Order: sequence, then C-alpha cells, then structure tokens
Amino acid sequence: MTDVTTEHHEYDVLIIGAGGAGLRAAIEAGQRGLKVGIVTKSLLGKAHTVMAEGGMAAAMGNVYPEDNWMVHFRDTMRGGKYLNNYRMAELHAKEAPDRVWELEQWGALFDRTKDGKILQRDFGGHRFARLAHVGDRTGLELIRTLQQKVVSMGTDVFMECKVLQLVHDAEGRVAGCVGYWRATGEFVTFRAKAVILATGGAGKSWKFTSNSWESTGDGHAMALWAGAKLIDMECVQFHPTGMVWPLSVRGLLVTEGVRGDGGVLRNSLGERFMFNYVAPMFRAETAESEEEADKWYDDHSAGRRAPELLPRDEVSRAINTEVKAGRGSPHGGVFLDIASRRSPEFIRRRLPSMYHQFMELAGVDITREPMEIGPTCHYIMGGVQVDADSQETAAPGLFAAGEVAGGMHGANRLGGNSLSDLIVFGRRAGIGAAEYIEAGSVATSYNQGEVDEAIAEALAPFERSDGENPYDVQHDLQEMMQSNVGIIRNQSELDAAIIALDEFTVRVKNVSVKGGRAYNPGWNLATDLPAMISVSKCVTNGALRRQESRGGHTREDFPNADPELGKLNFAQTSDGGHWDDPVSVVESPILIMPDELKALLEEDK
Amino acid sequence: MAEVTMRVWRGDANGGDFETFTLKQNEGEVVLDVIHRIQATDAPDLACRWNCKAGKCGSCSAEVNGKPRLMCMTRMDTLPKGTVTVTPMKAFPIIRDLVTDVSFNYVQAAKVPALLPPPMPEGGYRMFQEDVERGQEFRKCIECFMCQDVCHVIRDHEENKAHYAGPRFFIRYAELEMHPLDQNDRRDLIREDMGLGYCNITKCCTEVCPEHIKITDNAIIPLKERVVDAHYDPVAWLGRKIRRKPKTSAADAAVQPAP
Repeated sequence: MTDVTTEHHEYDVLIIGAGGAGLRAAIEAGQRGLKVGIVTKSLLGKAHTVMAEGGMAAAMGNVYPEDNWMVHFRDTMRGGKYLNNYRMAELHAKEAPDRVWELEQWGALFDRTKDGKILQRDFGGHRFARLAHVGDRTGLELIRTLQQKVVSMGTDVFMECKVLQLVHDAEGRVAGCVGYWRATGEFVTFRAKAVILATGGAGKSWKFTSNSWESTGDGHAMALWAGAKLIDMECVQFHPTGMVWPLSVRGLLVTEGVRGDGGVLRNSLGERFMFNYVAPMFRAETAESEEEADKWYDDHSAGRRAPELLPRDEVSRAINTEVKAGRGSPHGGVFLDIASRRSPEFIRRRLPSMYHQFMELAGVDITREPMEIGPTCHYIMGGVQVDADSQETAAPGLFAAGEVAGGMHGANRLGGNSLSDLIVFGRRAGIGAAEYIEAGSVATSYNQGEVDEAIAEALAPFERSDGENPYDVQHDLQEMMQSNVGIIRNQSELDAAIIALDEFTVRVKNVSVKGGRAYNPGWNLATDLPAMISVSKCVTNGALRRQESRGGHTREDFPNADPELGKLNFAQTSDGGHWDDPVSVVESPILIMPDELKALLEEDK
Repeated sequence: MAEVTMRVWRGDANGGDFETFTLKQNEGEVVLDVIHRIQATDAPDLACRWNCKAGKCGSCSAEVNGKPRLMCMTRMDTLPKGTVTVTPMKAFPIIRDLVTDVSFNYVQAAKVPALLPPPMPEGGYRMFQEDVERGQEFRKCIECFMCQDVCHVIRDHEENKAHYAGPRFFIRYAELEMHPLDQNDRRDLIREDMGLGYCNITKCCTEVCPEHIKITDNAIIPLKERVVDAHYDPVAWLGRKIRRKPKTSAADAAVQPAP
C-alpha cells in the first residue's frame, strides 16, 4: 500500500452525520463538557434534513388546545401499525414540544398563530393540527438553527469526509472510525470514546426516490458490520406524492403540506378516489363525503378528516392501485389539485417552494393547474436497534439517532414525526453517549488492522484496470430494487432480488475507477456501493420473512396483517462483520407496553 | 436526434482547460442532469458538488454561460441555443473541476455573535407574524454562496476577504438585528470588522439570489442605516458611552444554559 497518510483525531464523542440528529447530539454532548467532533459527507448545512418541508410534529396544543402527548402517542402507534418501539413513541410524544421551543432560543423563526404562538398545521395521520412549520421549508429552518448553534459553540466539524468503517478496540467496543477526505482522497482516522451514528437514510438504492446522493445507508451498514442489529428493514416508506414529470426530476418530493392545506387527489376521471380506500381501522375518524371532508379543514369539530390525509402507506397503495387500473395521469401518476380549492395568494404564501419547484422544473403553475404526482421512495423506518432512552446499540460504544435508528416509527412513519424524532433522539443520544463515557468502560485500544483493511479495500478499484464503471452498477441496482423490492412485493420477485444481490456483490468487487483520488465522484460512489448492497440485502431479507402486509411493507401474496407477526421485529446481524458476509435474521419480540399506555390505544381495538 | 454540447471547465488549483462533451438531448433536463450523465458515462471523475437536486440545499452552484446559477434549477431549454459553458464559481479557490473551496463562508459564519434572547417564558415566546416575517425572508437563504461569488468586492479582490463578510452574512446580521428576541449588539462589529461600508449597493447579489431575497433593499440598506445612525448620531453615541451593553462574543453567547 502506498501513499497512505495517517492524519488522526481524537474525541470524547464522534458524531457521524451532520443532519438534524447529528447536530442536536453534538449540542447536547458539547453542553455536557465533552470534546465533540462531527464528520459529514457533505458541507455543513446541506444534509438531507434540509429537504424536509411540511413541519415537525409536537403536541404543543397551540391551535387545538385539546391536543396532548397521549393523542400524539396514539397517532404515532396507529400510523406505525403497532410495530413501534412503544417507549420511543412515548418519549417522542412527551419531549417534542420542549425540543421545538428550545429551537426558538437558538434563533428559529416559526410561523405564528394570531396570538403569537407557534402555528401548527395538519398532516396525515395526526388527529390535530400539530406541525410547527415555516412555510414549506421547515427542514431548512431546523438545520440552519442547529448549524448556527453548533458553530457558535466552536464544535469541530469535518466536512466532505466519507467514513468507510467503524473500528473496534481489543475488547470489541467501538473505538472510532476510518475515512477519507473527498477533496484530497487522503485517509483519516478518528478515535473516540463513543460514536454516534446519525447518517440518515438509504433511499438511493431505489430508482425513484426523494433522497439525495448521500442516502446510501452508510450508517445502517456500518452498524451492521460493527456488531449492532438492524430491525424492521423491510419497512420502507414510499411517499405518496413525488413528482413524476419531467423524468429527470421523477421522485422529487411534493410536501404533504399540499394536502394538509386543502389539496386533494383525483384520478383521470376527476374522482376524489381516496374515499374508496379507507381501511377499517381509520373509518371511524375519516369523512364519508366531500362535503364533510371540506368542512373539516376549517373546523375539526364540524366533520371528520379528509381521506387524502390518511397515513402515507395507505395513500401510496391507493395511488398505485388507481394507476394500475388505468385511471392514472398522462405520465403515470395521479393528479394533486390545490389550484381549484385555494386562492393563488394562499398557495404562494403557504407553499412557496412547491410553487417555485413546479414552475421552474415542470413549467406547471400550481395556482392554476393540478400537479402530476406518484409514490417515491422516501424514508426507511427500519434501522439500528437502540435502547429507547439512551439510543445505545448492541455494539458497545455505538449510538444511533434519527433515520438510521429503527423502532420509533414502527411499520410506517407519520409525516412530521421525523424532524421531531431528530431533535428528541439526537439529544438523547448525546446524553446516552455522555453517560456511557462517565460510566468509564470505554475503548482502550484501536485496531489498526481494521483500518488497514478498510483502506486497502477502498483503494482496490484503482488497481483494477478493466473493471466495471461504478455508475453502471448503481444504476442497475436501483432498477432491480425498484422493480423487485418496491412498493408492492411478492415471493418470486423477492427471491429474484436475493439472487440478483449476490450477483451485485460480485460486480461491486470488480468495479474500477479512473483518475486520481482528489474529489473523484466515481471513486466516492465505488466506496458507497458496499453499504448500498448490505442495506438492500437486509431490506430484501426482512421482506421475505415478513409474510404479511403492514405499514410500509406490502406483500401482494400476503395482503393482510398477521397478528402474530405484529408481535415481533426481524433483527438482522452480520455473521462476520465484512460487507459481503452472510446476514442472519432472527425474531425479536417487540417491547411489551405498560397497561396505562395500552389504555390509550384501547379505543382502537 | 437532438443533441446538447457542454463545455465544462476541468482542472485544479494548478490550472486546467475546457473539455467538450456532446450528448443526446432529453426532455425537461436541467444542467445538473447533463453533468450527471457525463459522470455516468464519459467522465466518472468529473467533480461537481450537489445534494438535493431540488433547489433547497444550495450545493450545486456554478457559473452557467458566465452567470452564477444553481445547476439543478437551470433548465437546459431556457438557455440560448448552442454550446453551454459551465465553470466553477470564480470568487473561491478551485478544488477540482466545478468544485470550489467555500471555506471563506464558514470562517465568516464562525464570527457571527449568536442570538441572545431573554429567558423563555412558560409555554414559549410570543412573537407576531409581522415581526418574524422580516427575519424569515433572510432565513430562506440556502447558502449557495452565489451572492458572495458575484459580489465584486471579493470576486475581483481576494485581499478584501480579510475584512469583508459579504452579502450572505449581511443578511445574517440583518436577520439577527431584526430578530424580535435578540438582545445582542453587533453594530460596531458590522461596521468595523465586517466591512459593510465596502458594499456600494450595485444589487448584483440580489439579482442572482435563487430564493429571491431582496438582499440589498431589505438587508444591506437598512443595516447600513442602522449602523451609521448608531455611530454618528450624537445622542446614540452618548447613550453608548453611558450605558454601553457589554459586547457579547459568539463564544459568550454560546454558553447560555440549555433550558
């Protein structure tokens, strides 16, 4: 091995990822006096959090005083089809309001109610208007607020640094990581007493996704390789409203806020088809007629909620069915219409980015004509299994928060619950890491062999002269996952996916890259591919094992929910710790809820 | 079949040259789509920065036919017919190809004294929509740094970076100065160290802002008035001398206890 530098840094807490969860964890650990470093694959402030639009859910009761954490907890569990880690859902519902108010102390400027409180908007699956927001750019407000707080604290941020792998000590505790600077291609090692993964999602393994290039499941994969467990990996959220045209922007997110603010879904016959897709568990609280639904927008006591605001899994499946039945829009989606229902001024004020996005990219004026939309891979509910209170994983010294962690959202996430997830559990991961360090049993050594192996593997594509272009491998992987492990699944397609993933594993070992190491996107992609393959395998494994339909996981050959399967998560572990090692899947019973929380859900039973 | 021809600058800090790529034309594509197709085929090592591809993160700033643009929001069919030239932002040092070293902006960000609010009352602060709206306009900023790129104070004068924050940070200072909760005082800092006086309001920054923030009219001009009033108004001057608020540094402001 030649030309390998040995830049090295040491921290108490190393945080991988600089989205909402990572930054919130950094603030917490920093305020507890720990030396904190943050590593991010992009520039600070560009993480995927920035794309969140509609808002963050917190039962502050500013618009509907009858809202409280118990209702929020119930909505979250129902939305997740009861597969959730109840304790996470409980902590989230209880703590989200304080986390939102705290952002205002750090400079966030939310939209206001008439009496000067934080305004809250309606979203799918939430009984009351509950989402604190800033127009349709809430994620930008969140990340900028946290970023400015972190900068004012003087925290070290390592930008455009790709982490390849976690490194252990002699006793098997997580002791840091190895990565490289994208700008130069030089390698760097970090040693830390505790590592917090806050790497976000994995949507880039699908062809149509709202996720950016970064969402390659690095954290999911690194946790798996390092000895942690991944749960619920089959539960992938396809957001109902992604753009479908032009093709180059297919998958780009259209906020649920459009429906929260009165937008409705229609098929090519002009029907508001969602009235035909109200599942039994939601019937009691969903409007039966357009008149009733339309009254509800202004006053939630005057009617029941519009069916367009059912949880995302329900709406995505309905759109999929309409398109398959031949009632789709010209480019293979359905119509999302707010133009005929709200004034142009209202639309431009409430949904400025959407107005801008459709005008500039599709030449569509959403104040005058409907949008064409369809489902897009948006979020992975599955992730690293963590202790709800501390966010500690099964790998000692390793913590996970945000999208990379599993359990909070069960089988389906409600819109608005992810931004609040980031700040609630980012903070808890910071505390968890601090308490772990205080307890004293932290990593004492650092396995140089793991570092050398990761570096050798990262450099291998330069040594192959006639291998495959990594972009071709990524493209084919996305096509395969989209068609075989997409929104509706079945045994034969999943079997085919398993075989295909073995072939992809071979192809990844044979990619070659041209050029040097300095800012070389082809090489960067080559080093992302192992994680993408690992995560794709786990999603497929989980989907094969879960022989039922629940939330974001739909099996056409098992169309109903199975109460027995609803009592367990499928947990996956790596047999050897290397990315191409086999993965074991075991049944992991869900946590048993205490009676007082069960009582909150009783009315559903 | 219709084709597009792209002339892309390639090189690093030591120099470089244009490379020309000809590809088939696809309906509805933006400049970034074409760059991505070049990466996926002819030049996998073509460096460009991007994240969201939706005009929300401000990563893919470059100069398209000589004008700062977000590549993800620039439709190919809105550009004049013929070869499209793509170059990196000029005001920042080159890392490679279309990627520049924008660390100047992060250095400036670290100098900003943080918000200093009063203690939060039970149930949160009360602020009114009309009071937060002024700051919200500036908080739309996606940090694409194109206003910095186009600002002639630093675009053509590298030496000015030492004492000039640039339009992106003038809107940040304006936002904080207009923030309903802020008790910090940054006026001397803005005048003395951030170089507000260098701006001679040519509005180049406003013209390139992809978020249509009225940088000059709504931030820089009011900020100039505020700073100048504070400095030259004899009553204000006396007031400052008698009961000068302690100057709060970013580090001091940061040690506020969490609630």
